[in-house]
Amino acid sequence: MFPSTFDYVRAGSVAEAISILDGSEDAKLIAGGHSLLPLMKLRLAAPSTLVDIGRLSELSFIEDRGDHVAIGALTRHRDLETSAVLKNSVPILSHVAGEVGDPAVRHRGTIGGSIAHGDGASDLPAAVLALDATMVVRSAAGERTVPATSFFKGFLETDLAQGEVLTEIRVPKTSGGWSYKKFNRRAQDWAIVGVAVVRNGSTRISLVNMGSTPLRASASENAINQGASIEEAAHLASEGIDPPSDLNASAEYRRHLASVLVRRALQEASA
Amino acid sequence: MTTTETTSGSKVLGQRVLRREDPELLTGEAKFSDDLAIPGALHMAVLRSTVAHGRITSIDTSAARSRPGVVAVYTYQDLKDDWAGPMPCAWPVTADMKNPAHFPLANGNVNYVGDGVAVVVAESKTAAVDALEAIEVDYEELDPVLDLEESISDSNVIHSEIGTNLSYTWELIPNKDAVDEAFAKAAHTVSERYIQQRLVPSAMEPRSVVVVPAPFGGDYTVYSATQVPHILKVMLALTVGISETKLRVVAPSVGGGFGSKLNVYAEEVLALALARKLRRPVRWTEERSENAVATIHGRGQIQNIELAADADGKVTAVRVNLVADMGAYLQLVTPGIPLLGAFLYHGVYDIPNYSFTCRSVFTNKTPTDAYRGAGRPEATYAIERAMDALARKLGVSAVEIRKRNFIPAESFPYSSSAGLVFDSGDYLTNFNKALDMVGMDELLAEKKLRIDAGSRKLLGIGISFFVEMCGLAPSRVLASLNYGAGGWEAATVRILPTSKIQVVTGTAPHGQGHETAWSMIVAEKLGVPMADIEVLHSDTAIAPYGMDTYGSRSLAVGGTAIHIATERVLDKAKAIAAHQLEVAEEDLDYAEGIFTVKGSPDRAFPLAAAAFEAFTAHNLPDGMEPNLEASVTWDPPNFTFPYGSHIAVVEVDTETGKVDLVRYQAVDDCGNRVNPLIIEGQVHGGIAQGVAQALFEEAAYDSAGNLLSATLADYLVPSAAELPSFELGETVTPSPTNPLGVKGIGEAGTIASTPAVMNAVVDALSHLGVENIEMPASPERVWRAIDGATRR
Ligand SMILES: Cc1cc2nc3c(=O)[nH]c(=O)nc-3n(C[C@H](O)[C@H](O)[C@H](O)COP(=O)(O)OP(=O)(O)OC[C@H]3O[C@@H](n4cnc5c(N)ncnc54)[C@H](O)[C@@H]3O)c2cc1C
Repeated sequence: MFPSTFDYVRAGSVAEAISILDGSEDAKLIAGGHSLLPLMKLRLAAPSTLVDIGRLSELSFIEDRGDHVAIGALTRHRDLETSAVLKNSVPILSHVAGEVGDPAVRHRGTIGGSIAHGDGASDLPAAVLALDATMVVRSAAGERTVPATSFFKGFLETDLAQGEVLTEIRVPKTSGGWSYKKFNRRAQDWAIVGVAVVRNGSTRISLVNMGSTPLRASASENAINQGASIEEAAHLASEGIDPPSDLNASAEYRRHLASVLVRRALQEASA
Repeated sequence: MTTTETTSGSKVLGQRVLRREDPELLTGEAKFSDDLAIPGALHMAVLRSTVAHGRITSIDTSAARSRPGVVAVYTYQDLKDDWAGPMPCAWPVTADMKNPAHFPLANGNVNYVGDGVAVVVAESKTAAVDALEAIEVDYEELDPVLDLEESISDSNVIHSEIGTNLSYTWELIPNKDAVDEAFAKAAHTVSERYIQQRLVPSAMEPRSVVVVPAPFGGDYTVYSATQVPHILKVMLALTVGISETKLRVVAPSVGGGFGSKLNVYAEEVLALALARKLRRPVRWTEERSENAVATIHGRGQIQNIELAADADGKVTAVRVNLVADMGAYLQLVTPGIPLLGAFLYHGVYDIPNYSFTCRSVFTNKTPTDAYRGAGRPEATYAIERAMDALARKLGVSAVEIRKRNFIPAESFPYSSSAGLVFDSGDYLTNFNKALDMVGMDELLAEKKLRIDAGSRKLLGIGISFFVEMCGLAPSRVLASLNYGAGGWEAATVRILPTSKIQVVTGTAPHGQGHETAWSMIVAEKLGVPMADIEVLHSDTAIAPYGMDTYGSRSLAVGGTAIHIATERVLDKAKAIAAHQLEVAEEDLDYAEGIFTVKGSPDRAFPLAAAAFEAFTAHNLPDGMEPNLEASVTWDPPNFTFPYGSHIAVVEVDTETGKVDLVRYQAVDDCGNRVNPLIIEGQVHGGIAQGVAQALFEEAAYDSAGNLLSATLADYLVPSAAELPSFELGETVTPSPTNPLGVKGIGEAGTIASTPAVMNAVVDALSHLGVENIEMPASPERVWRAIDGATRR
């Protein structure tokens, strides 16, 4: 549980962080450290340099921008959880943030870190997927935006390239029903399976820990959007999906859970 | 939570006195082994086998040796002359028990993932850990033996030098023919098979050891996160080959043990041997993921239990066959753990015929050893689950089957068919109180209502009535079990010239609150403020004699020693007072620190004055030695037998299989209650730990013998969020075994709660045809059980 040796630099601005990243082959940003440090302690990651952006207050904000809410990448889970703007305009997001880990984790972890980490078992990536959010990414080359649907690429792999910083997440406001069902064995754990449902005109459903990235339950979405019953749609929850097997759950059980949870989430979002 | 400020005078026993240990612990002031600042200490790191079973074909340490900060790297070959013998096992349970030689580092073969292969000593912890990655080891991998029943077949023998995987067979069958006859004549029988999964004890403080050679050589102070400083001293002296007079073992603040620190570990031996070799302090603290593989595991048994009953459901015989998992080697008391349960498979029931057999086998897994309850949770689990199975078979309730079979209150002291004498008990009264407190009738009605309504959240009610033998232990009984030591405890009580009191105890607390409880015992007897009493412990230079803390023994054995020593001190003080007042001792009364002459209370002599007289020795009775001190070693005449009713209420989500523990009622009888606050703390933690076995925790291995649940993200220690607020009650049946009338409470919750919860889970689903679910009853297991039963 001791990381390999590394250098540490605290960046004073996003621009400085970018220039340090550009000057190094394997430097890594560190925000809250709650995903990166465990990997380093298990020696599954060994970056030569850590670039600390944890104190960049310019990246910590939650702003009402009319049709969407803009969230700075360094906004802590706890700030999402308690944000009046989010509770009003994107209630599912503040609810999901409150379901992450335990209070210590929520006070340190950041939404940007969670999304950049891109863990299919994490809560916030699936939430931004169901919300059809947009990621704002900055690098030496300038700024670009990436929709959530094409942001998560593979196991702990996102569209971010070395030298890029996720700066902001833009989340469309929602007005319809929503639900987040997180199934785990202990309150502080990651989801064994999680389901986010957002009804905002059409219905979007995303799944946690059903694959190496957060996933859309496309078959269920299509069914419900085409007028199928909740029961029927829920049955299709894991169609085309190949969930993992681990200590907590076999793939078969995950499929079963996905159906149950999609049904419950759709029911709640429709109530 | 209510507490009390009454910390003085002779009404302190039974009060909810806040633990005096806590301010230090809660503010971080307390010093654990890893906190000790030792200038010049070298740091040790152990390279551990990544294969479960294999031959080491080569080890290359040269690259590691040349890394910055590295002082030395050693393998077995380098150190084989640095210890006097193999690692100790103090409990050869049978004369022909097989005990493969076990050294701090692997000698040619590795036998579990985590087995020590090489040790690095470096100037810093990180240098030591980094150097591990530079050691090259090649293994010829062998098939691991992971399954107990495969192990017993000897189709693949782990330790070729002993030629078998069977360490020993141990039997307790007082009358085999009578048992056979009872089964032949039985109107009903049940035959159940339960699996006690392996558990990782997961003490909050990992293991840690610091060995400091004295500046001028020749003697060593060993600081260790241990429950057993005294046993450790003897064993280290023998194993490392250092005179016991040259060793001092200190257990600083110790953050929990649960049996996992009742041991002598490779790292303790290594640190001492290397401190001697290198003439420098050597320290080591376990990493959390090391803890999962390199500290002993608990449980690990397959239990076959059969009950024979007559037409009325009165049980006439119990027959138990265990296969117990020793792991790769025998640690300090590994082989004895099943024996600690061996006498208790009839539980609280009056079962006249008894048969117990245990076969203990090696596997390519972490060694097992004592874990909270050690043998007794396993026994209680088997009998309490089997009683429910019998009730279902007879179509009577879980309450009824127990009432028909309880040992009646009037038969205490009760001689059991397994050969023990149970000290005292009134099981029915305790049971009725628990049923009342929990509201059993309402619960049963609610359960039925939910079934009738087709609810997806079914209710299950599980009963477990436990008895345990604790207060380890009468030395002669230990002799009959081949245990390598006695079961006594030592205490010294001394009243200093300024009338402050020192209590020296051989118990070694690691979170239990002994300093508080022992002060209460002395304060009660002497009628003085607790604040005047200091409890000294866990340092063999201060408390040279002791048998340490485990097996719920400290109060019943160690507390009794203190109580008697206090009495003796008081007797001596009384003789001094009588001499000073020129009256006969019989003419003196004593209360609240003052001797008075019967009938003339104005003629008084304070205890404090007696202490000063004893110190100056100017005017003591003829022949009396100076100083006011008494030392007592108490060897208990019997075990104590705490008991109690535990009732768990669970909700099972039939769609997901998730089990929620919604209520938990416990009514414990631990004899006289010294400090209810401490008792409740022990019960709370104990229940949580037993619930953990039922629903959450499992040391799960893959088919190659890797521990899958080796981090606290995968090994599910439950938190407060998973547990209801426990509802506690008590009955008080004093133990006649000791003058305090106490029994012990440290393991009760753990022993009782596992079967209570599992009986509840099965109870929720039994109408569907579910009869058993393996532990932990994970959502998937429960879902599969429901699925399987409803498909049938
Ligand atoms: C005990 C525990 C329990 C947890 N439980 C949960 C849970 O239940 N659900 C859950 O979803 N998560 C859980 N987490 C993870 C937690 O939410 C993490 O905090 C979060 O996933 C990562 O955020 P961070 O700020 O800590 O990121 P860091 O660990 O600092 O970084 C994570 C990765 O993202 C990169 N990164 C960080 N910020 C940026 C950025 N702005 N731009 C580009 N790259 C960036 C880093 O380089 C690194 O690769 C848990 C963590 C712990 C320790």
